[in-house]
Amino acid sequence: MTKGQAISLQKNDGGSLTAVRMGLGWQAAPRRGLFGSRTREIDLDASAVLFADKQPVDVVFFRHLVSDDGSVRHTGDNLVGGVGAGGDDEAILVDLARVPVHIDQIVFTVNSFTGQTFQEVQNAFCRLVDETNGQELARYTLAGGGQYTAQIMAKVHRSGAGWQMTAIGSPANGRTFQDLMPAILPVL
Amino acid sequence: MTAELVRGQNHPLPEARLEIRVSAGTPIVAGATLGDEHGKVHGVEWVAHPGAPTLPGLEVSKQAAADHRLAVDLDALSPSVHRVTVLLALPTGTGGPARFGAVAAPFLAVTGLDGSEVATYTIIGLQTETAVVALELYRRQGAWKVRAVGQGYAGGLAELLADQDLPEARQLAAGIHEAVARGLARSVAAPPPRVPDADRPRQTPAPALGPDQTHGGSGTAPQGSPPPPVGGSHGGGTAPHDPSADTQPTAPMVGGPVNYAHPGRQTTAPPPPPPTAPPAQPGQPAQPVAGDATGWSMDERLYNQVWGMFEDLARTTAAYRSAVDFAESRMEQELDRVLSDPRSRISGQGDAAREAARAKHAQLVDQARAALDRDLDQLRAEADVVEPALPMAYARWDNPVWHGYRVPMEVPMALRLGDLRLPESDGLRIPMLVRLPLERGLWIDAGPSGDSFADSDELRRLALDTAVALAARLLAVYPPGEFSVHVIDPAGAGATTLAPLTRPGVLAGPPAVGAAGVSDVLGRLTQRVDLVQMAVRGGAPDALPPGFDTAEQLLIVNDFPHGFDDRAVTQLRYLADEGPAVGVHLMMVADRQDAAAYGPLLDPLWRSLLRLTPTPDDHLADPWVGHAWTYEPPLVPPGSRILHEVLTQVADARRSWNR
Repeated sequence: MTKGQAISLQKNDGGSLTAVRMGLGWQAAPRRGLFGSRTREIDLDASAVLFADKQPVDVVFFRHLVSDDGSVRHTGDNLVGGVGAGGDDEAILVDLARVPVHIDQIVFTVNSFTGQTFQEVQNAFCRLVDETNGQELARYTLAGGGQYTAQIMAKVHRSGAGWQMTAIGSPANGRTFQDLMPAILPVL
Repeated sequence: MTAELVRGQNHPLPEARLEIRVSAGTPIVAGATLGDEHGKVHGVEWVAHPGAPTLPGLEVSKQAAADHRLAVDLDALSPSVHRVTVLLALPTGTGGPARFGAVAAPFLAVTGLDGSEVATYTIIGLQTETAVVALELYRRQGAWKVRAVGQGYAGGLAELLADQDLPEARQLAAGIHEAVARGLARSVAAPPPRVPDADRPRQTPAPALGPDQTHGGSGTAPQGSPPPPVGGSHGGGTAPHDPSADTQPTAPMVGGPVNYAHPGRQTTAPPPPPPTAPPAQPGQPAQPVAGDATGWSMDERLYNQVWGMFEDLARTTAAYRSAVDFAESRMEQELDRVLSDPRSRISGQGDAAREAARAKHAQLVDQARAALDRDLDQLRAEADVVEPALPMAYARWDNPVWHGYRVPMEVPMALRLGDLRLPESDGLRIPMLVRLPLERGLWIDAGPSGDSFADSDELRRLALDTAVALAARLLAVYPPGEFSVHVIDPAGAGATTLAPLTRPGVLAGPPAVGAAGVSDVLGRLTQRVDLVQMAVRGGAPDALPPGFDTAEQLLIVNDFPHGFDDRAVTQLRYLADEGPAVGVHLMMVADRQDAAAYGPLLDPLWRSLLRLTPTPDDHLADPWVGHAWTYEPPLVPPGSRILHEVLTQVADARRSWNR
C-alpha cells in the first residue's frame, strides 16, 4: 500500500472480515555507539484510538491492553523491536463484529516511547492480517525515517455495512498517543 | 546461508555483533559464562544471568521466558575472554517442568543485527537434564566461531557451573533461581486466564500488586499481570473518605497472601482440550457447551468458563453503555446548536433539526440495544447449560446437585460466594466464584446498605443468615477434618440464627460468649498463627506439635465490637493480616457504625476483608471495566431443608473422622 491508499475489508467471496490484526514491526537502525544500550534503545509502542464521530472514546495501548468493550486487544508491549525477520513486534487485534455500534473509526499509531526519532528505526512496517486465516491483506512500509518520534500509521473505518482500511503514514511528535491527538484529528 | 548445526559442529562467525535467539516453548532461564583461553570462568562476575544480566559485550534476559534474545558484541568483550558459553536451565521452585525431556527441544539461532541467521541448533536428546550448555562462541586464531555443544546436566545449574571450575557454583545457581522465581512470581497470571488488563492509570493502584506492573514490566514473559484492583462503590452514595469502599477486589489477584500455583503444574503449559462446542449452523451462533474453556479438570474448565462469562457480560455492557452515552452527548450537542442558531427561531427548521437529532439518538441506541440483546441471549443460553453442570461448590443451594450431597474427598478449586448481576443483564446472574483456600476474610455488612428498607434488627439477622449459609458451604465442600469453624457471639444474640450450625454439631466448639470466651478463642487462634508462621519461617513445617489440627480455620465474629477490649481488637487485626497466609480466616458480621468509637484504627481491618451484603447491593466492581455489580448472597430458599441435610452429613463425617 502507499500513503493515502484505501482498501476495502470485504472478502473476495463477498463476506466481510470478522477479525483483523494490525501488526507492527521495526528494527533499531544499526549505528555506532556504546554497546549494551543499542538494542534496548528503541521502544516503539503501538496504540489504537477508537473514535465515535471524531471524538475519542477509548484507547488501547500498553497500559490499557483491552478496550472496555473487549473488541480491541493489544498483544502486549515489546520494548526492544525485532530482528527484522518479518514478524510482528506488537499487534493489535480488532474483532470487527464486536466493535460497538457508535465507533466508526479506529486509528493506529506508533510512537517512540524512549524518544528517539524514526531516523533510528529501520524496516518499520504495519500490516493488516485476516486473523481468521493468517492471510496478509495489506502491508505498508514506512519510507525513510525522519526527525519525528511518532507516526499515524493507518485507520480502519466503517464504510457502508463493512469496514475499510486507509494507509495514512503521517509523521507526528510525541511519546504517547495523548501527544498525538492534535495530529490525529485532521486525518479522521 | 544458515548453517544447521549438529552437536559438536562449528561454524565461523562473520560479524562481531550478534543476537542469539532461544525458543523453548516453556519458560526457561538463559545465561552465559565467560571463559579465558583455558576455558576457566574466574568468578561470579564472569557470569551473565537474570540476576546480573549485563556484562561488557554481553546481555541476557532478566527473567525466565519461552523466548530469549541474548545480545553479544564480541569486540566489546574483554581481551582476556576467549570463550562465551550459552547455557539454559529450567527454573526451579516455580512449578515448571522438572526435566528437559518433558519440554520441547530448545532451538537456538545465532543471527546478525539485520536478523539474518548465521547458524541454528536444535538441542535434541535431552532427558533428565535440568540445565544444558547450548552453544559456545570461542576465539580461534583471532577469529570467532560458534560450536553446538548440547551438554546437559542432571544436577542442574549448580553442576553445570561447577563443571566450569566456578568455585561459588552452588551459591550462584541458588541466586539465579531465586532471581528467576521472583520474576516469575510477578509475571504469571492468576485465573481468569484471559488476557487481563495491565493496571490502568485511571484506576486506583492495588495495594496487593507488585511494584513492577508498569511500562517496563515484561517484554518477553506472557502478558500475565494480574487483573487490576477493582474500585468499589458503596451503594453509590458513599463519602469518598470511606476506606472500605475504595478497594473491594472481587476475587483473583496474585501477590496476595495465598499462592494458588499447583506445585506439580506448569502454569503456562497448554491444558488438555476442553469439550468443544459442535460446529455452528451457518448463520447462527455456536451452541454453548458447559465446560467449554481451558483447564485441567472439569472444575477448572467450568471455573474459567464462568469467569469468561463474567468478563463477556462486563465488556458487552461496557460497549452498550458507551454507545448510549455517546448518543446522548451527541444529541445534547446538536440540540444546543439548534438552540443557539437564530434561524431556527423563525421557521420550522428548528423543529426539524431537533427531530433529526432525536432520531439519530434513537437509531444509535436501538443499534446498541440490538447488539447487547444478541450478546445477552448468547450468555443466557450459556448460563442455561452451565448452571446445571456446576459442581456443588459452584452451585446455588437450589441446584439438585446438593440433594445428592456426599462429603467430598478433596478441596474444590473455588467457592460460589453469591451471584453478580448488572442492571442491563436482565435475569442473567453470574456466579461469583472465589478461589479456595480463601485469600482474604469476609465481612458481612450488617449496616444499612443498598436499597433495602429492612430495619436494623432484621438486617443483623439477615447478615448472620448469610454468614451461616457461607460457613455451611465452606464446611460442606471441604473434606472432613480440613475445615474448622469457630464462632464468637459475645452476647449470645445470634443463638437462634446460628442454630443450623450449632444443632448438628459442625462447629469446633460452642459459640464463645462473654469477654472471657472472646479472649480465649482469639488467644488460641493467634497462638496458632504464630506457631505455623514460626514453623514455616524456620523451614520446619514438620516441627509442629503432634496432634496439631492442620485444618483451615474460620472465625465467625458476630456483634463486633461487643465483648472486645483493646487487646482483643489488636488480636483480631493481627488475625486479619497474618491469618490468610496460614489458613486462618475471619468472617465478620458487623455494622461499621457499631465500631465507630475506634475511629480510623479499624479502617485497615475493614479494608482487608471482602465486603458482602445480606441484601442485594451494587458494591462490587469487576476487574476489567469497573462496573458496579449487584451482589446477591447465597441464601437458602425459604422452607428448604437442604442446609440441615447437608450439615447433618458433614457432622456425621466429622464424628467418624475424629474417631
